Amino acid sequence: MTRQLREVVFVDGVRTPFGVGKANGQYAETRADDLVIKCIRELMRRNPSLPPERVDEVAVAATTQIGDQGLTIGRTAALLSGLPQSVPGYAIDRMCAGAMTAVTTTASGIAFGAYDVAIAGGVEHMGRHPMGEGVDPNPRILSERIVNPDALVMGKTAENLHDRYPTITKERVDAYAVRSQEKTAAAYEAGKIQPDLVPVATKSAELGWGLATTDEPMRPGTTMETLASLKTPFRAHGKVTAGNAAGINDGATAALLADEETARELGLPVKMRMVAYSFVGVEPEVMGAGPIPSTEKALKQAGLTIDDIQAFEVNEAFAVQVLAFLEHFGIADDDARVNPYGGAIAMGHPLASSGVRLMTQLARAFEERPEVRYGLTTMCIGIGMGGTVIWENPDWNGANA
Amino acid sequence: MAIENLLARAQEISSDAERVTQAHLRKVTLPGGAVLGLITLDNGEDHTKPNTFGPRSLLALDEAIDAALADDEITALGVTGKPFILAAGADLTSIAGGGADGVRVVAELGHHVFRKLGEGGKPSFGFINGLALGGGLEVALHCTYRTVMDSAPALGLPEVMLGLIPGWGGAFLVPNLVGPEAATTLILENPLNNGKTLGGAAAYELGLADAVFSGADFLEQSLLWADAVLRGELVVERPEVDRGAAWDAAVERAKGIALAKTGGASPAALKAVELIDAARDGDRDAGFSREDDALEAMSRTPELIASLYAFDLVQKRAKRPAGAPDRSLARPVTKVGIVGAGLMASQLALLFVRRLEVPVVLTDLDQERADKGVAYVHAEIDKLLAKGRINQDKANRHKALVTGTTDKATHFADADFVIEAVFEEMKIKKSVFADVEKVVSPECVLATNTSSLSITEMAADLEHPERVVGFHFFNPVAVMPLLEIVKGERTDDATLATAFGTGKALKKTTILVNDSPSFIVNRLLGRFMGEVGRIVDEGTPVPVVDGAFAGVAPMPPFVLLSLVGPAIALHNNETLHGAFPDRFYVSPALERVVAAKKASYYGPDGAIDPEVEELLEKPSDPVVLDPQEVRTRVLTGLADETRRMLDEGVVVAAEDLDLAMITGAGFSFWNGGLTMLLEREGLGKFH
Repeated sequence: MTRQLREVVFVDGVRTPFGVGKANGQYAETRADDLVIKCIRELMRRNPSLPPERVDEVAVAATTQIGDQGLTIGRTAALLSGLPQSVPGYAIDRMCAGAMTAVTTTASGIAFGAYDVAIAGGVEHMGRHPMGEGVDPNPRILSERIVNPDALVMGKTAENLHDRYPTITKERVDAYAVRSQEKTAAAYEAGKIQPDLVPVATKSAELGWGLATTDEPMRPGTTMETLASLKTPFRAHGKVTAGNAAGINDGATAALLADEETARELGLPVKMRMVAYSFVGVEPEVMGAGPIPSTEKALKQAGLTIDDIQAFEVNEAFAVQVLAFLEHFGIADDDARVNPYGGAIAMGHPLASSGVRLMTQLARAFEERPEVRYGLTTMCIGIGMGGTVIWENPDWNGANA
Repeated sequence: MAIENLLARAQEISSDAERVTQAHLRKVTLPGGAVLGLITLDNGEDHTKPNTFGPRSLLALDEAIDAALADDEITALGVTGKPFILAAGADLTSIAGGGADGVRVVAELGHHVFRKLGEGGKPSFGFINGLALGGGLEVALHCTYRTVMDSAPALGLPEVMLGLIPGWGGAFLVPNLVGPEAATTLILENPLNNGKTLGGAAAYELGLADAVFSGADFLEQSLLWADAVLRGELVVERPEVDRGAAWDAAVERAKGIALAKTGGASPAALKAVELIDAARDGDRDAGFSREDDALEAMSRTPELIASLYAFDLVQKRAKRPAGAPDRSLARPVTKVGIVGAGLMASQLALLFVRRLEVPVVLTDLDQERADKGVAYVHAEIDKLLAKGRINQDKANRHKALVTGTTDKATHFADADFVIEAVFEEMKIKKSVFADVEKVVSPECVLATNTSSLSITEMAADLEHPERVVGFHFFNPVAVMPLLEIVKGERTDDATLATAFGTGKALKKTTILVNDSPSFIVNRLLGRFMGEVGRIVDEGTPVPVVDGAFAGVAPMPPFVLLSLVGPAIALHNNETLHGAFPDRFYVSPALERVVAAKKASYYGPDGAIDPEVEELLEKPSDPVVLDPQEVRTRVLTGLADETRRMLDEGVVVAAEDLDLAMITGAGFSFWNGGLTMLLEREGLGKFH
């Protein structure tokens, strides 16, 4: 038989507001699976022309797949969301790039012809499941020095990245963090974040039910002075602080992907078209460098150069990791094309969920900037990897400009 | 009562025993910008201990509502519950105590607090997120708007079942919200139909809520819905209630239900009819005041105490049978043998296979009869399949588990529980058990479905008499909840525990009975029917006798006799007469009716069958009693029998007699089964 590759499009993406993963955080008494279920239901509600039985797969990522993030979460979340029993699902783990991997994996299935429509998302309730919960590292990591033990502590890998890029100073990362907070506050003010949030009823035995409608980690009004006073917990006299890094967060995301023809036939919106994706491994103890080779590889596959990319969503696990990426590609720290709505430093980074947040925001940037043809979403990944997805703006007006 | 006095009295009658439902007030900013004062009702326990409203809980809610109303930032109020539960109504213990005016105080306090939701000057939303019974539903009914979770398990106003009325606004608000017809269903018909409740989706259909949302994001969608209502984007429209002829018709129907179900003997049912009727005036003050008066009046009726007692029996005692040995002694039942393949045996086979899901072997004297029994079970399973009660896989599984054979030796060898349902004669039953004992393990329980014979005697000649137990079902087996478990003199604890465990797995209400003639229900009904028969034989007409027991028995005695069959009734009377000849009467008229093979005393036209009339006694010096005399004489006989049964130690306590009469003979909640009625009529003291 002859097989034809099909175009994969990003139809829609939503997320919960992100929470602070602490005992008094907004989701402290809310289950992780419930967070991703709210997202799946919101996707279905927002796209009523999609018959639920047409969803061919539900891929949900979580880094720590135990407890309320276990039990084949993609399948159980599909059932609990009220999707028909015929809709299958599975669980995915690529640490911070879980949701991104859910997207690329189901997208591959769509391109191959195995699916017409898929839901891809991620969830991480770091308050309930701290990074490293229940892990059992192989002793060979130490005995055979296969991986530098720093690799398991993300803050240390960020300090290591500063060593690799000595020009990235404490001032630069703090300034970047202040801008992230400012941009997110401005985006909220302009109502650019809220449309893609699904409110979550939050349980609290002490306070009663509440409703989460905004990102709890935000710290508007953060200044260089406040950041300068913070401790550097990963290295004495180091550079990485709680202020220039994403925090410990709870949240979930989900996106609807489809074969382009199917999307048009069902009357679904087409917000982005997938061009290429790539994941590349780097030294685990300098995992923040990952987006550089993964972006280079994806660009090469797409036959593009960095100059073709006019919109960037770079995950802000650490400010240093964003700046290393920008420095490598010769882009200014404050380039307006990069993270126009701010990023994880302000909004939060519930590990496996973040990939879809980047895509939802890139889709919004495409909508706002029809002059942009290509954009990318990229993130660094624990245990030393980078992931990049290049997208095309279907509403690009340059063809007839 | 003035508000200050009311609040002061409420404080006074409150007790530390109350599990207080807290009312957490939290400001929730809706996406539209409005701030909702969301009150979460939560008693701090999990869903197995629902929120309830005693005095302290009401005061806590009062405080939360006041705070929300006083806060200028808050534009609307919401009320919801902890996960799966809104509230299960009044804390019944607070009604039992609380002094002379206790019920009045609680009634008025509930109105005082709940009314602020509807009349406090800010719009309010009841978010019914789960179980909402009685006051738990009423708190939402007072709100301006309501949403309900589609999968909420139980919504209802069961008060009438308990001898009360929905007195925190339900009796007035429901007819005015959904109309008197639906209100009658909710307030009267469902409670008297074994306390039937509605699921969330059905409650929405009935009009109890303005919107229905999935359990997956019920509160989120409810809050967004409230936001849309507050912004004016959504206008809630409800059908107009017809206050004319339809109201009259509904009240007529309500009267009919109250009479048919209670014979007019439940003050609460009659009061509910009255309140539904009166709610037509649409006058809130008057309506709520009528509810206060009604609750106070009900609280003074012995029927309320009896109903609460009966409720406790079926809710608690039925789940923990008194005198049953520790359940850890029970042996697993992995295969069941049934001796006999007639109708009773086949009904048992169906029940065992559906509930236990283990192999069930029917045996009879020839293969043809055994096959007929299996065919009956298969046909019944197919009926369940056709009705959609079970799916094809389940039907396949259950059918495959039932087999019929003549070869007990092979097929009973690995059975853990063998029950016999052969002809009701001691000699036959003894020989059946002797046969079975040869082929089963020494631990295999031998159960008998005898309705009257002695368990001790049946076991006497066996090698292992300790494994014999009575397992007395009521007809029809699938429907009647009662199972009398009869302990013979030598029945051991492991056997008894296995019997109770099996009864529980069969989803029956189990009661322990000491071996005695006809056990509980048949003995009391036997005495009842014996007295009734004697009165008729002495000259009182059947219709007079049948009219004497409204509100006592579920149906008139000669209607009951026709339902169970004159022959079976006669057999029971004869058996009991054999045991206690001085007390149990065998009616010659009944013997003639049986001999004539008459199935009923009544003809198809509802009058006494003239042929039966011919067979009745024609005393030369007839004694004609009036209904009251009939009632008193029969109840006096029942009081005598009750006293004797307690003295003989037939059951652990009078509670078991009442539970048996409620679940096995359909005796009423408002009489507390039997003994509360007898005590009320001054015929004895049993507690």
